Amino acid sequence: MVATLTRIFGVHNLALAEDVVQDAFCRALEVWKFRGLPENPSAWLMATAKNRALDVLRRERTARTFAPELGQLLESEWTVAPVVEELFGAHAIKDDQLRMMFSCCHPRLTEEAQVALVLHILCGFSVNEVANAFVSGNAAIEKRISRAKKVLAGSKKLFDVSGADDFSGRLPAVQRALYLLFNEGYHGASPESAVRAELCQEAMRLTAMLVEHPLAATPATHALAALMCLNAARLPGRVDASGSLISLFDQDRSRWDSRLVAEGQRFLDLSATGSELTEYHVEAAIASVHAMAHRTEDTDWGKIVSLYNTLMTIRPTPVVGLNRAIAIAQHEGPQRGLEEIRAIVDRDRLATYPFFHAALGEFEFHNGRYEIAREHFRAALDFARNPMERQFIEQRMGACEIAAPQRMVAARSQEPPVRRVVRHKGPGPE
Amino acid sequence: MSQFVYLYRGAESGRSPEKMQEMMQKWMAWMKQLGDQGHIKDIGHPLESTGKLVKGKQKAVTDGPFAETKDVVGGYTLIEARDLEQAVELSKGCPIFEVEGAVEVRPVMKMNM
Repeated sequence: MVATLTRIFGVHNLALAEDVVQDAFCRALEVWKFRGLPENPSAWLMATAKNRALDVLRRERTARTFAPELGQLLESEWTVAPVVEELFGAHAIKDDQLRMMFSCCHPRLTEEAQVALVLHILCGFSVNEVANAFVSGNAAIEKRISRAKKVLAGSKKLFDVSGADDFSGRLPAVQRALYLLFNEGYHGASPESAVRAELCQEAMRLTAMLVEHPLAATPATHALAALMCLNAARLPGRVDASGSLISLFDQDRSRWDSRLVAEGQRFLDLSATGSELTEYHVEAAIASVHAMAHRTEDTDWGKIVSLYNTLMTIRPTPVVGLNRAIAIAQHEGPQRGLEEIRAIVDRDRLATYPFFHAALGEFEFHNGRYEIAREHFRAALDFARNPMERQFIEQRMGACEIAAPQRMVAARSQEPPVRRVVRHKGPGPE
Repeated sequence: MSQFVYLYRGAESGRSPEKMQEMMQKWMAWMKQLGDQGHIKDIGHPLESTGKLVKGKQKAVTDGPFAETKDVVGGYTLIEARDLEQAVELSKGCPIFEVEGAVEVRPVMKMNM
C-alpha cells in the first residue's frame, strides 16, 4: 500500500504515504471494534487508503507537488480519480512493489539499510519488528530507517523498472538484499527462535515477483529462487516439536516439503542458462544435493565438497570455509576436517560464531577425544544466541559426558589432568 | 429490563499497530459476549475525534476537540440490563480500561406512565 501511495504522491512524499496508510489502518480498527471484521479486510483497507489518497491530492495539490512523472493527470479533476483507481488495480500494485523494491536498494545505502527498508516499507514490519529481525535496538534501527528514507526521498522519483540499463545494474543489489533477508530468517541470530519462517516467506514472496518480471527473471534470479525453495523445504524438519534445533544429519527427511523441493529443482533447471555462475547457483546446487539424499548416509559428500570449492572461489568468506571443512570431514574423516578448519583464512572472525566451536567439538568427538570436544562445545555455549542453540549445544555436551563418563567426573573434581589415550572410537562418519 | 448508554471516553492514539490490533480483537470479543448474553440493544458507533462545537446564544461555532483528549467520547453503545448495578458490572469487561480509558454508564431516562 505504501508502495502504491508513493507512486501516486512521489517518492519525496514517502512520509505522507505512510501517514495515509497508518490513518487508514487506525480508522479500520476503530470501526471493526464495533462492527466486526468485514468479509475482506485488506480490500477494505485498500479502498480506505484510496479514498484518503484522493482527499489528500485534492486538498494539497496547490501546496505540494506530487509524482512528477504522472504530470498533469493528478491536477485535473477529470483525470485524478480514474488515475488513482487504475494505480490501485492489482496489476499496478505489483509493479509498484517492484519499483519500490528497486528504489530501496539504492546504491548510496548499505546492504543492512536496504534490507531494513525492504522489511519496513514492503513487508510492513514495524520498527520494533525490524529491530527484532536484526537483533538490534529500536533506536538504532529507527535511525537506520529514517536515514535510509531520506536518501530515498532525495531521489525524487521511484526507480523506473522499464529502463533496461539501470535495471540490470541494480538487480544484483536487489537479489543480494532478498538473499540476506532469507538468510536472516533461516540462520538468524534471534534471541527467541532459531528460525523465523515469516522472514523467509517474505523473501520468497518478493523473489517470486522478480521471477515473474521479464527483465528480472535472469539465471541468477532463478538460482536465488531455487536456493530459497530448496532450503525452505527443510524448515519443517529443522526444529522438533519442542522447538529445539535438529542438525541436518538427524532430521526426519520425510518431513521435508516435497512440493518446495520440486519447485526448487524447477528453478534450478531454469537457472542453468547463460555463462554466469553466481553464488546463488552454487548454494542452490548444494541444497539440491541434500534434498536428493533420502537418508543422511546417501549424501554425495564428494559433490558437496567440490561445490564448496567452487563457492570459495566466488565468495571466500570464513563461514563458507567452515561449511567446506564440515563437508570435507564428512567425506574424508574428522581429522581432515580439523586440518581444513586450521587452514581457514581469517579464522579469527569466526571466534564468536557458535557453530565454529560446535564444529570443532563435533570433529574431536568423532576422533574420540571427548574431553577436548566438550571444551569446544563449552566455548560454543558462550556464544549461543537463542535457547534452541543453547539446548542443542548442551545436548552435545551431554553426549560427550556419556561417551567418557569417568574422565568427566575427574575433570569436575578438579584433579590434575591425566594424559590418557582414548582408544574407543566414537560413531564416526559413514 | 432497563436501558443504559455506555459512553467510551479516552482516545486511543499513538499505539503500535500490533497493540492496536490486539485491542481490536479484545473489543470484538467483549462486544460479542455482551451480544450473546442479550445485553446489546444497539451496538452503536465509533465517533470521529474531530467535529464542531456550537455554543451559546450566539450559536458560536468552534472546532473540536471539545475537552482534554482523555475525556473525548470515542463511541457509544446502547445496553439493556436489569439495573444500574448490573450495567456497571457488565461494563467492567471493556478493554478500554487497559489503555486508561473510561466507560460512562448512563441510564436512559424513562417516563413511567
